[in-house]
Amino acid sequence: MTQIFAYIPHKNGEPADIAFEYLSAAEKIDAGADVTAVVTGSGPDLDKVAEKMTSLYKEVVKIDGSDLAYPNAEVVRKALCSVLPKDAIFLVGHDTFGMDLAPGLSIKMDSAFLADAVDFEGVDNALLKVVRQELGGAVSCHVTCDLSSGAVITVRPGSFTPAPENSAGGTVVDKSSEAGDLGTRRRFLEIVEAEVGEVDITKSDVLVSIGRGIEEEENIEVAQELAEAMGAVVSCSRPIVDAKWLEKSRQVGTSGLTVKPKVYMAMGISGSFQHMGGVKGNPFIVAVNKNPKAPIFQVADVGIEADILEFMPELTDKVKEL
Amino acid sequence: MEILVCVKRVPDTAENEFELNSAGNDLDRDDLVYSVNEWDNYAVEEAIQIVDKVGGSVTVVTVGDDESEEVLRREMAMGANNGILLSDDAFEGSDGKGIASILKAEAEKGGYDLILTGAQADEGAAQVGGMLAAMMDLPYASLVNQIDVSDEKTLKVGREIEGGNQEMNEIELPCVLSIQTGINEPRYVGIRGIRKVAKVEIPVKSAADLGVDTAAVGDAGAKVKRVDYFVPDLGDGAEMLEGSTDEIVEKLIEKLKAKGGLS
Ligand SMILES: Cc1cc2nc3c(=O)[nH]c(=O)nc-3n(C[C@H](O)[C@H](O)[C@H](O)COP(=O)(O)OP(=O)(O)OC[C@H]3O[C@@H](n4cnc5c(N)ncnc54)[C@H](O)[C@@H]3O)c2cc1C
Ligand SMILES: Nc1ncnc2c1ncn2[C@@H]1O[C@H](COP(=O)(O)O)[C@@H](O)[C@H]1O
Repeated sequence: MTQIFAYIPHKNGEPADIAFEYLSAAEKIDAGADVTAVVTGSGPDLDKVAEKMTSLYKEVVKIDGSDLAYPNAEVVRKALCSVLPKDAIFLVGHDTFGMDLAPGLSIKMDSAFLADAVDFEGVDNALLKVVRQELGGAVSCHVTCDLSSGAVITVRPGSFTPAPENSAGGTVVDKSSEAGDLGTRRRFLEIVEAEVGEVDITKSDVLVSIGRGIEEEENIEVAQELAEAMGAVVSCSRPIVDAKWLEKSRQVGTSGLTVKPKVYMAMGISGSFQHMGGVKGNPFIVAVNKNPKAPIFQVADVGIEADILEFMPELTDKVKEL
Repeated sequence: MEILVCVKRVPDTAENEFELNSAGNDLDRDDLVYSVNEWDNYAVEEAIQIVDKVGGSVTVVTVGDDESEEVLRREMAMGANNGILLSDDAFEGSDGKGIASILKAEAEKGGYDLILTGAQADEGAAQVGGMLAAMMDLPYASLVNQIDVSDEKTLKVGREIEGGNQEMNEIELPCVLSIQTGINEPRYVGIRGIRKVAKVEIPVKSAADLGVDTAAVGDAGAKVKRVDYFVPDLGDGAEMLEGSTDEIVEKLIEKLKAKGGLS
């Protein structure tokens, strides 16, 4: 019998969205598997999350400790190593916490590691068939992952259907006493909040969003002119901020801001999941890209194969004539 | 500070349109343009800046084939002092764990204070740094976008987490850090810079040189194996607007009006 453990990230007593997505992921790995939720933390917030998770999971393993109050992956990893059975299949989101925790956990558990699964196609002879993407989403591939000595798997947030609110009637099992020594050589100090910018891109109904396709800093003006004509605001993908061409508060994506506009104009953006993860509320997405195979065309409503540096000025002129 | 930076040669996503080969199971690799993994340039730049401040040296290492030497030279042109190529037929088909164990064999020999990797490479796995740390029993922090050298024993590092917030940590040396883009502005390397290091000797080390068990790496040791590449069936995708630019702009404006995109 396969035993799957799903790690539940939480904040202020509320589980993260991924808590609801593990169940359909686990179902696709092995429909007959036992799925246990694992929550770490401390105090009343932890109890609240553990209790909430009993409506989804039959068993909820809770590890409570003052060292676990903030989810420092180095500390959580130690606790998990003590509590999880050796051949466990362990699931965690492919996000900034999962990336910090999971690869090292697989080494300490001496199990296989599989990163960023977007779909599962069942197990054959202890080999799990997995769908992944490479090269920023430009290509998809099948990989197999040998489960015979357990596995640590990160699953892409948003890729598996969230379970409806349920009444699994599960029980909380307290394993705090098994966590062992949690001393580490990395200490959490504090969270420094992202700076607030002069323009709030989350307030705009229409965003003209530019990516690496803008090519040069000087060309940003072209996007600004289009935005002005449309009554929109300019936002961007991460490389534009990395290059210091626009401020961080203009960045859309998992490590930037989440926006919910009515219309999202993706100009020279390839459409990586970390970028699209910040585009919510099902906007009308227009993608202009010179590569007809760019992944953005799979998620956009309307696509135009063109050079943005030629296309945007044409559009600006016509919009101004209206 | 003695710093080791792990770098990888990858297909350049900005320069290539990826197609499947005629058998439909692999990428058509004939005309692919390769470069250094974007994240690794930031890691090398950061290492150089640290050494400029506190002294020491920067060594770049890669697991790859003969052609991977070019990425080592490029990073040496940026200012890395030494390059090491880890290459053996037995390394082919390694999964993340295999790559990390090969790197570990070299890293242990060097007595490094700090080991840097990129946050992720072409496969989007984000795995090698964390594995290497765990194998060497060193502390690890991923997605680092700030490093302050506090003293000889500790660093203060910022990790970029969701929403662009920053998680500050204190971490003991020696340690492994994976570097996120945006931590610095990697310096430009011109042809002249590359030419200067063209003749520098780059040692090549095999499994035997490293003392790596060939059964534990490469295809033989891999628990994760790629089966094929494919084109996913994702439903309809975007409605592509066709015609002359004027016609396309006209069609787009009609749609934007309907969707509230023009006020
Ligand atoms: C932990 C983590 C968090 C991340 N968070 C974010 C985030 O919050 N936001 C984010 O955006 N990214 C984020 N990323 C980075 C992300 O993985 C991608 O690298 C990034 O989104 C790519 O940006 P891009 O689409 O602008 O560039 P690219 O992927 O390089 O795409 C550029 C596109 O422009 C097209 N193009 C080029 N020139 C032209 C032209 N003249 N006309 C038309 N088209 C052109 C190309 O065909 C290509 O499709 C994160 C990565 C990690 C590891
Ligand atoms: N073949 C390799 N040789 C050297 N370093 C590598 C190799 N593969 C991955 N790395 C390092 O690990 C980082 C993360 O890559 P990955 O875990 O493959 O996503 C890269 O940025 C490199 O620093």
